Amino acid sequence: MNELIKLLKQNARFSNEQLAAMLGTTPKDVAAQIEQLEKDGIIKGYSVILDENRADKDMVIANIELKVTPQRDCGFDELAKTVMMYDEVDSVSLMSGSYDLAVTVTGRNLKEIALFVAQRLSTIEGVLSTTTHFVLKTYKEKGIFIQEEDIDERGFVAP
Amino acid sequence: MINYDTVLSSKIKEIKPSGIRKFFDLAATIDNVISLGVGEPDFQTPWAIRKAAIDTLEKKRIIYTANSGLADLRHEISHYIDKKLNVKYNPEHEIIVTVGGSEAIDISIRALINPGDEVLIVEPCFVCYAPIVELTGGVPISVTTRLEDNFKLTADALKAKITSKTKLLILPFPNNPTGAIMTKEDLEPIAEILRDTDIMVLSDEIYAELTYGRKHFSITQLDGMQERTILINGFSKAFAMTGWRLGYLAAPEPLVTQILKIHQYAIMSSPTVSQYAAVEALIHCEREVKNMVAEYNVRRRLLVDSFNKMGLECFNPEGAFYVFPCIKSTGMTSEEFCEELLNEQKVAVVPGNAFGESGEGFIRVSYAYSLKHLMEALKRIEIFIRNRKSAE
Ligand SMILES: Cc1ncc(COP(=O)(O)O)c(C=O)c1O
Repeated sequence: MNELIKLLKQNARFSNEQLAAMLGTTPKDVAAQIEQLEKDGIIKGYSVILDENRADKDMVIANIELKVTPQRDCGFDELAKTVMMYDEVDSVSLMSGSYDLAVTVTGRNLKEIALFVAQRLSTIEGVLSTTTHFVLKTYKEKGIFIQEEDIDERGFVAP
Repeated sequence: MINYDTVLSSKIKEIKPSGIRKFFDLAATIDNVISLGVGEPDFQTPWAIRKAAIDTLEKKRIIYTANSGLADLRHEISHYIDKKLNVKYNPEHEIIVTVGGSEAIDISIRALINPGDEVLIVEPCFVCYAPIVELTGGVPISVTTRLEDNFKLTADALKAKITSKTKLLILPFPNNPTGAIMTKEDLEPIAEILRDTDIMVLSDEIYAELTYGRKHFSITQLDGMQERTILINGFSKAFAMTGWRLGYLAAPEPLVTQILKIHQYAIMSSPTVSQYAAVEALIHCEREVKNMVAEYNVRRRLLVDSFNKMGLECFNPEGAFYVFPCIKSTGMTSEEFCEELLNEQKVAVVPGNAFGESGEGFIRVSYAYSLKHLMEALKRIEIFIRNRKSAE
C-alpha cells in the first residue's frame, strides 16, 4: 500500500507538515498527492473511528446476510443499488460463499432494525431470504483496537 | 553482625550502577510520565514466533539443548548470516546461541581479556561493555565519536588510542544511543589499521536489521576481518523478542571452543522454548521485520524533522531506533535538561552522558513508540523549549 494512504488510514487528521516529515517529502507534495488520490476517487472521504457504544449508548448495529436471485443483464448490481439507497444501511458488499449481499444496518433498537429488515429489505424483489446478526461488541475496527486501553508495560527508561 | 562490605569483591564494588537506572528511578517517582526512554521495540513479537513457542510447549519436552544451542537453530543462523552478509560460519563449530546479545558480549570479553589488557570502546555506546571489561581486570579505553563525523568511528580516533596493550576493539554499529551506522567505506580504513595487528574486534550488530535506506554492512565482510572478529547479534531488536532472551555469537573455531566453556559452565544452554521459536523467526518472519522497519522509518523521519525545527540539532541517524539530538544550544547539561523536562513536562528521555562522557550535550530519544505517543511527547518537548527561549 502507498505509504501516504497507510498513514492517513491510521489518522486522517495528520497535518500535511507532519505527513511530509514522516514521508521525507514536502507539504506541497503531500497536498498534491492527496488531491490526486481524491480526484482519482481512491480517497472517498474522511471519517472517524468510534467506540460506537460509548459515542451513542442507544445505537444498535446489525450485519444482515441477504440471499438474492441475480437479475438478468445486471447480475447483483441493481439489487445492491436498491438496498444501499436506505439511510439505515451503512455498507453493502457482494460476497462469495453461502449468501450474496452483506449489509450493515444501524438503528436505535433491535425492534427498529428487525422491522426495517422485515418491511424494507425482505420485500425487495429478488430477495430470497435474510439472516440478521446483531453486533454485541466490537473489538477492532479499521485496524484500531476499540476496547483495550494501551498500557505500556516497558517502564520509563531502559538500555 | 556480618560486614557485607568485606564480603563483596572489591571489583564489583567499584562498578558504577548504570546511569540509565538512576534516571529510571527518578522517572518512576512522577505521575503521568510519558516516556521516550525505552530501548526495546513497542511491537509485539510476530504471531508466528509466539505460535511456534506455544507448539513447543505443547509438543516437546523442555530440556537442555546442546550447550552451543539447538542444531537446527545454529544451522538457520549460519544460513541467515550467509544470506545477509555473504559470510560463512560453520554451524557446528563457529556459532553459540546465547542468552541475549548481552551474554554473548560478556563471555566474549571474558574469554579474551587478561588483567591489564586494554579494550577500546567506541563511545557513546550501550552501557554494558566497560563494566564487563573492568570485571575481567581489563582496562576500558574510550574512543569517542563526534557529531561532526556523524558519530562514526574514524581511523584517526582509533589510531590515537592503540597501544601495545590493546587487545580488543568493541565496535557497536548500528549504534545505541546515536543511531549512527558504519558503511563499507567507513569500515575500510578501520580494517586497514587492524589487519596488521592482533587486535580483535567485537562487532555488536544487534541492530543490523534496523537500518533505513541502505543495507547493514558488517566488518566481517571485509577481507581478512572475519578471522579477527567476534560477530554478535540477537533476536531482541530485529524480531521484537527482548524478553525471550536470545542472541548469538559467531567467531572462528579456536575462539568459539574456548568461549563455549564459559557458556557451558555459566549457562548450560539458552532457553529452549525461545530457541525453537527463533528458528521460526529466521525462516518465516522477513516480512514482519520489513513492516516494523518501515514503521520505524516513518517515526524516525518525524523525530529528526521535529527536533531540527525546534532548534535542537539532530543528525540523521540511519540505524537502530534512536535519535540523538544536541541540546547544547539550551545551555543546560544533559542531566539538567532531562530532569527539568521530566519535572516540567513529564517527558522522560535519557541523558546522553549515560552512554559515556562523549554523550554529554545530547539526549537519547527512542522511537520505539506509536506515532500518537511520539506526537504528544514532541508537543510537550516543544513547549519546554519554547518556554526557555522566551525566558531568555
Ligand atoms: C547495542 C546493544 N547491544 C546489546 C544489547 C543487548 O540486547 P539483548 O541482550 O536483549 O540481546 C542491547 C540492548 O539494549 C544494545 O542496545
